Amino acid sequence: MGKRGRMSQEVNAGSMADIAFLLLIFFLVTTTIASDKGIMNILPPKKDPNQPPPEVELNERNIFNILINLNDDLLIEGEFRNSTDGLSDEIKSFVLNFGNPDEDAVALFNSLPPSLKGMADQSPESSDHPMSGGAVISIKTNRGTSYETYLEVLDEVKKAYFEIYGERVGLSGEEYRALSGQTAAEQELLDRGKEGIPMAISIAEPDKIGS
Amino acid sequence: MSKFKKKTKAETNIPTSALPDIIFMLLFFFMVTTVLREQEILVEQKIPQATQLQKIQKKTLISYLYVGKPKNTSMYGSEPRIQANDVLINTSDIVLWVNQEKDNLSEAERDQIWISLKADRDVKMGPISDIQFELREADARKLMYASVGRVENN
Repeated sequence: MGKRGRMSQEVNAGSMADIAFLLLIFFLVTTTIASDKGIMNILPPKKDPNQPPPEVELNERNIFNILINLNDDLLIEGEFRNSTDGLSDEIKSFVLNFGNPDEDAVALFNSLPPSLKGMADQSPESSDHPMSGGAVISIKTNRGTSYETYLEVLDEVKKAYFEIYGERVGLSGEEYRALSGQTAAEQELLDRGKEGIPMAISIAEPDKIGS
Repeated sequence: MSKFKKKTKAETNIPTSALPDIIFMLLFFFMVTTVLREQEILVEQKIPQATQLQKIQKKTLISYLYVGKPKNTSMYGSEPRIQANDVLINTSDIVLWVNQEKDNLSEAERDQIWISLKADRDVKMGPISDIQFELREADARKLMYASVGRVENN
């Protein structure tokens, strides 16, 4: 022990940083920060052959038609477009039109903040009310439509709804979207935002032509 | 000038003894966050961009379907294919796959399964709608179109 005692007791730690650096670089390179993010969509239940789907009578004015053809051109409410610019604003004013509201819809209208009330044009050619059985956004694609364009359109529709929901609870669309619903307070905000205004997005089966 | 001379006499060494600790901290961060890829992706994956992204809180509920052009075109052709786990499957196998994935979950969570559709941006809507049809058949109706964020330019 005598001999050792005289020697330096310290371990040479100078290269420790280098070793740690090497490991760090290894993990930096191999890491893929998991991104489980995306656009959520709930598919309709499967068709029951014994039970024909309930006939829902929807007036043409209650449907916001978006058609995408195989060249990724858009036909929105009968109007040709080739970009999605401004689509979310159009959807917002379509959903909040309140053209022919019934009693419940009038109550819903009165509960909206002034900024959303101002969007109600009450045009007889647009949707009756945003409650279920009212405004529906219909997206129809072709089998040859690119997935990217379809997502872009769906993105705009979602944006319109999130902005409406956010506005109702005093948040921006972004903030509303980020709510996780894990705490009771957040869940309450989520519920209050979408109460009475369901996200009515109908995705029609694509055309077979041109596939 | 004497004032400036005084400064040069001061100790110029930066203490680096805390450097390993800092590096270790970074190292642990990456070690914890890293997920070593357990399966090889056999199809091309250029995930489309979108703005209205949402996150699923419970990751164990998510099952992934990869759709895209096979990387190995000489073996699997150039038409978009579906990959589940680590094999390429046909559209008709999706119902079976969904049921297998549901079996991996506990009984209470079985109906809450989310399917994350990681589709390449060049895929056409034809195969996508076929997948959606099969998922409806399999009663796995919660679908997420995996996409990466895009900075809005307005």
